[in-house]
Amino acid sequence: MTTITGQVSATDRPRTYPGEARWLHPMAWWSWAIGLAIAASVTTNPLLLIGIVVVAALVVDRRKPQAPWARSFAFFLRIAVLIVIIRVLAQILFGAPTGTLAVVSMPALTLPDWFAGVRLGGTVMLEPLLQSVYDGLRLAAIIVAIGAAGSLASPARVLKSVPAAVYEVGVSVVVASTFLPQLVADVSRVRANRRLRGRKEKGVRALAGTMMPVLHSAMDRSITLAAAMDSRGYGRTADRSTGDRLRTGVALLAGIVAIVVGLFFLLGTASRDWENWGLAIVALGVISAAASLAFAGRRSTRTRYRPNNWHRADLWTLGCGAFTAIAFAAAARVDPLGMATSTQPPVWPSLPILAVVGLVVAALPAYFTPAPPKDDR
Amino acid sequence: MIEFDDVSIRYEPEADDVLTGVDLTIAEGEFVLVVGGTGSGKSTLLSSINGLVPHFTGGVLRGDVRVDGRSTRDHRPRDLADIVGVVPQDPLASFVTDTVEEELAYTMECLGLAPAVMRRRVEETLDLLGLEELRNRPLRTLSGGQRQRAAIGAVLTAHPRILVLDEPTSALDPGAAEEVLAALHRLVHDLGITVVMAEHRLERVVQYADRVIELGGPGQAIAIGEPSAIMATAHIAPPVVHLGRVAGWHPTPITIRDARRQADTLRTLLTGQVPTIRAVPDAGSSPVASIEALQIHHGPVLALRDVDLRVDRGDIVALMGRNGAGKSTLLHTLVGGLAPSRGRSMWTAWIRAASPVRNCSPAWAWSPRSPQTCWKPRPWRPSARHRTGMPDANPEPPARSSRCWPRR
Repeated sequence: MTTITGQVSATDRPRTYPGEARWLHPMAWWSWAIGLAIAASVTTNPLLLIGIVVVAALVVDRRKPQAPWARSFAFFLRIAVLIVIIRVLAQILFGAPTGTLAVVSMPALTLPDWFAGVRLGGTVMLEPLLQSVYDGLRLAAIIVAIGAAGSLASPARVLKSVPAAVYEVGVSVVVASTFLPQLVADVSRVRANRRLRGRKEKGVRALAGTMMPVLHSAMDRSITLAAAMDSRGYGRTADRSTGDRLRTGVALLAGIVAIVVGLFFLLGTASRDWENWGLAIVALGVISAAASLAFAGRRSTRTRYRPNNWHRADLWTLGCGAFTAIAFAAAARVDPLGMATSTQPPVWPSLPILAVVGLVVAALPAYFTPAPPKDDR
Repeated sequence: MIEFDDVSIRYEPEADDVLTGVDLTIAEGEFVLVVGGTGSGKSTLLSSINGLVPHFTGGVLRGDVRVDGRSTRDHRPRDLADIVGVVPQDPLASFVTDTVEEELAYTMECLGLAPAVMRRRVEETLDLLGLEELRNRPLRTLSGGQRQRAAIGAVLTAHPRILVLDEPTSALDPGAAEEVLAALHRLVHDLGITVVMAEHRLERVVQYADRVIELGGPGQAIAIGEPSAIMATAHIAPPVVHLGRVAGWHPTPITIRDARRQADTLRTLLTGQVPTIRAVPDAGSSPVASIEALQIHHGPVLALRDVDLRVDRGDIVALMGRNGAGKSTLLHTLVGGLAPSRGRSMWTAWIRAASPVRNCSPAWAWSPRSPQTCWKPRPWRPSARHRTGMPDANPEPPARSSRCWPRR
């Protein structure tokens, strides 16, 4: 007789299979989107900017899950269109008439002397108009890229990836996100009851009569939730000395300050020399902040149920985003005129080959990433 | 498993004791039912088992509560989370995450269990409570019974040895309540979990209990004993017990089956008696309210179809139906809160003429499901229940809530 010994155990890192529907790591989508946003920020070439919007829309269309939050992309698209329109309208109404090519002539409003320097209406010139379209497009493309991440990565899964040290912040966001719909439901229930009891629904007294029960039940719910979380073990921590806590706090603060100062140098100055310093300071700040977060995370004894894991497709997605950002940045150095399409005089935008390659790579995740699960949230 | 050693609890140093001199021992695997009127300290007793009283609520606890050898004096609720699972009355307000599966894992995450252990226990618990189909569902979309089972599952995954439940079936319809109680019954018998449960609707649960604790109210002594012994004298008792008392049966029956076996003499005594039925008003008189060929749509959903109803003066009408059957819809239509898509609903002329106040809900008094929705912005004294962080779905309305009724 043979005896079978051993036990069946689930590994901590589940394997994935080709073609299996699964969630991509939310940070993979976010870094891909941030790569697109960085790429958009270094160019005013309208063809490339429209290309970025198209790429984002393509990937969202192919990889967006069937969930309410995934529908937000259309909303971001609308905002993007609105941004371009507002930017152009502002230029037409208030912009300075620099340039030589008149598009349309409008009556100008003469303002009193004390308002000198501000002009309303007047002749609309082509050059500043084009410049405003390009600027608006750039902001719109950035917004669309961020919106794409918002509808590709499940918000709940993003929260699962926050470092253990800032876990409490994540919990408050989750709690707030479940509280708001309940609050809205409360308001409509209280109003319905007031109506059924023949009370007024409008006016100050009605508002007070509605708000008090709503606030009261919100308060009740918070207390219930806090009690429930306490009884379920929330806030169990390993013992750690005050000195340790102080050191991690200082390191985190210093890291954040360094990131801010470095970004200021990076974006705020024109000199190449300062830019390099800025990069170095940002890198130092990121390392310091990450180290302190990791160190502080050890205080928590929490574990994660089904954590988000990095698999090959996730890493490739992150890589695609990084490649696009780097390709655009390199193109901006190699071919500054192609990336910043001239408006004085207006020329037909060229297509820098490096940036086009970046765009194609950015579109790849639409095809090689696994599809999201069908019937999940 | 649970020991109360001369425990007295008060919420403020000068206030009266909510519980006085409680001395009891609950053995492992027991199913104990806590009964008592509103404000008698049921929630306080339950919350003191895992230390929510006094750690979370404040107040003064004299004596000592020990759970599996750990005193709540030096163990906070979170330190007892691996022994005591607390299921609050309103599960929706106590869910921390947003899907069933993640909620089941939450307690284990807090306790720091290994991921492989968590995955196994989540699967086990899903099967044990029949939640497998619902694992990815958002908690907000569950029905009442499913929510309650999810809440029980959420604490069960930590493998507690004690389960504390505060009126788990009070907000459920009979079917859902049966679902939850069957799950609890299985836990007690298969896993040997100790269950302490407070409940108002005794007819549903008293037959499951091994012992019953009756709380008399502030300053009163508590009584512990076999269900039939306690029920013989309890203030709150299911209808079958009241019948047993009237008929003078011994021992007091606590289930219909018990009662049936003792009912022989009563049956012969009542043979030939005809119960008096309230006179039915003649069809010619005008009804108080009537509904004719009513149809109601909620968006694309047809909620009610071809409903006819006639309510006469002095009638008491009970609307019955499953959750989601359209009971509330019909009531809302009757008082004009919803416009029917076809048919009509009306109060007949005489009751409109009889109401002295114009423009102020003259014909009817509307009592909402949760009285909180019509509380006035004035200070009120919170009951013990509110301080224990376990709000009551049906709290006893404060005296002021007579304002819920139309001003005459």
